[in-house]
Amino acid sequence: MTWLSDPITFITQWLQHLLAGWGLSPGLVQFLMDFIGAGALATGAMLFVIFLIWYERKIAGRFQDRLGPNRVGPWGLIQPIADMLKIFTKEYITPDGADKFVYNLAPILMVASVLLMWAVIPFAVTIYGVDLNVGALYVIAVGALGELAIIMAGWASNNKYALLGAFRVVAQLISYEVPMVLALLVPVLLSQSMGINTIVKAQQPWFIVTAPLAALVFFICSIAEVGRAPFDLIEAESEIVAGFNIEYSGLKFGMFFVGEFLHAFTSALIFAALFLGGWQGPGAVQYPILGFVYFAIKTGAVYFLTLTLRFSVPRYRIDQMMAINWKLLTPLSMAVLIVTAVIEKLLQSSPAAVTDLALFIANLVVFVITLELMRRYAGRQRRQENQKAAEPLVQQTGISA
Amino acid sequence: MQITPIQLTFMLAAVITLGSALMVVSARNILHAALWLVASLFGVAMLFALLQANFFAVVQVVVYIGAIAILVIFAVMLTRRVMQDSGPQVIRAWWLAAVLAAAVFAGLVVMLSSWRGFWNLPPTLANPDAPLVQLGLALVSPNAYVVPFEVSSVLLLAALIGAIYVAFQRK
Amino acid sequence: MIPLSWYLVAAAALFCIGLFGVLARRNAIAILMGVELMLNAVNINLLAFWRYQDPQQTAGPAFVAIVFVTAAAEVAVGLAIIISAYRRRSTVVAEEIDNLKG
Repeated sequence: MTWLSDPITFITQWLQHLLAGWGLSPGLVQFLMDFIGAGALATGAMLFVIFLIWYERKIAGRFQDRLGPNRVGPWGLIQPIADMLKIFTKEYITPDGADKFVYNLAPILMVASVLLMWAVIPFAVTIYGVDLNVGALYVIAVGALGELAIIMAGWASNNKYALLGAFRVVAQLISYEVPMVLALLVPVLLSQSMGINTIVKAQQPWFIVTAPLAALVFFICSIAEVGRAPFDLIEAESEIVAGFNIEYSGLKFGMFFVGEFLHAFTSALIFAALFLGGWQGPGAVQYPILGFVYFAIKTGAVYFLTLTLRFSVPRYRIDQMMAINWKLLTPLSMAVLIVTAVIEKLLQSSPAAVTDLALFIANLVVFVITLELMRRYAGRQRRQENQKAAEPLVQQTGISA
Repeated sequence: MQITPIQLTFMLAAVITLGSALMVVSARNILHAALWLVASLFGVAMLFALLQANFFAVVQVVVYIGAIAILVIFAVMLTRRVMQDSGPQVIRAWWLAAVLAAAVFAGLVVMLSSWRGFWNLPPTLANPDAPLVQLGLALVSPNAYVVPFEVSSVLLLAALIGAIYVAFQRK
Repeated sequence: MIPLSWYLVAAAALFCIGLFGVLARRNAIAILMGVELMLNAVNINLLAFWRYQDPQQTAGPAFVAIVFVTAAAEVAVGLAIIISAYRRRSTVVAEEIDNLKG
């Protein structure tokens, strides 16, 4: 019954027998299998984005008290395909004086960097691209490639506003990488390995119970890394003339669009793998297809949470974003890392339940302290502003009659 | 002579690295040079992966491409008066530099090839995860490299403060 | 199997290309890029020797980690200095930044 409980392994073995039967050398068979696997994964991811776009527009509609697209096909399911056809047929307008090679490379690199992330995510106990033992850091690395693509897009458009938009985007992305990596280190610490498959297997209980603050920091940072609301200053239509992708039209713009949606979904995948136990669930080890289903449900829940944030919360200004990052998230993630490391070391020889409880309580303590510090900081800010507003106008603005 | 896939991958990585490095030092447009630098750093990451130092391959991409190369590109963009390049990109005595570099290369290759271990093949690694664990333990162990580790973190702090102070613009 | 000589020759070539970049380019940022190439060549060399001579030792990888850190620190400070010099002199050509006054 392996074809039902573990279809991917079944297909892989069948394909391997087929290719070996044709008389190819084992090295070549392995290479072809890897090639076909990578191609299938990338194609699957890109085709899934069509469904994601529909899902997002429907949910957006419901949040905004309207139906989403519902004319093209049942429940508007064919709407994204119609959009795709429209974008395919638009004209490519390359701005005058643009650097052609860089201009065309940027959208390709952006989508490539997101697809590369799919290679290390374990969808079930046997379904994964490659089990890198530094998988968690690899995800950050390919995120860095995406930032490079954005700078290239902003520069190659030969447009001052695109360049400024690209600067701000990359400043935001680089800044939010710091607490993201620090928060990522907490599940690495708890599972003693950087490989995502090992992290998933080591989660008894899920890391969101033993490291809730790290999960919160990682979630916020991954939303900021994608550029979704409330951190979407970089691509909001009303800001800086739509940012770094202003000079792109047609499918090139479509690639940026697809890359952003896929990145949001991939961040949800990674969060579910690292903190929500990935494919774990009852019966997931014997029947890997069940693991896939559990993973899909968890990721869907996280993605729904991302969408909820997008359609409920107003946008941050760039200085507010930087303040949140450097004044709140970075010290918080450092504190969580230190607290987790200290407790893990002190309670090394205790039973696992005691360690988990101690970690949870320590996280709660840090959370309460952080809230108290934030309250005092906000109180101080408000007092300063009230004092400034109470001064006579001449002193405030320095303008005298 | 049979060329194994690993050797083919090495040749590809070396061509990417060295070819991009040549373009870095000879590109007319400084931003193109920065992008070729990114390609060269990526080739170096491939070489690290071939050496089974996979942690360093990933750290190379994160630190060099994700931070240093982006910093270089920012600096290039902030120091351009116009968007075009003009004027010579190399000094007038560039041929002397080329001769010197070629001489250094020849000297290095001659000196290394006279070493008896030049044609070694790699010993097999028993456990592929072990080097990373050992490195982590060595970097914090008082008998090993904790002092350089701590000093390098102080160096980073000094560089951070120094860079901010030097480049700060008082309005 | 790849003999050690391939890695060493590739690292030596990268080092010499970086050396040419440092010596021959006029733009200060291009000189820094040459320095980066040289540091990467050093890293390749260190890791190649570590892998081929004694993979049980940790001196190689530890040294490489320190080189990473040092390269990052040096690039940050170097670029800050270049940007600051550009603001005062409006030039990044290394030959033209040639007097200490001002």
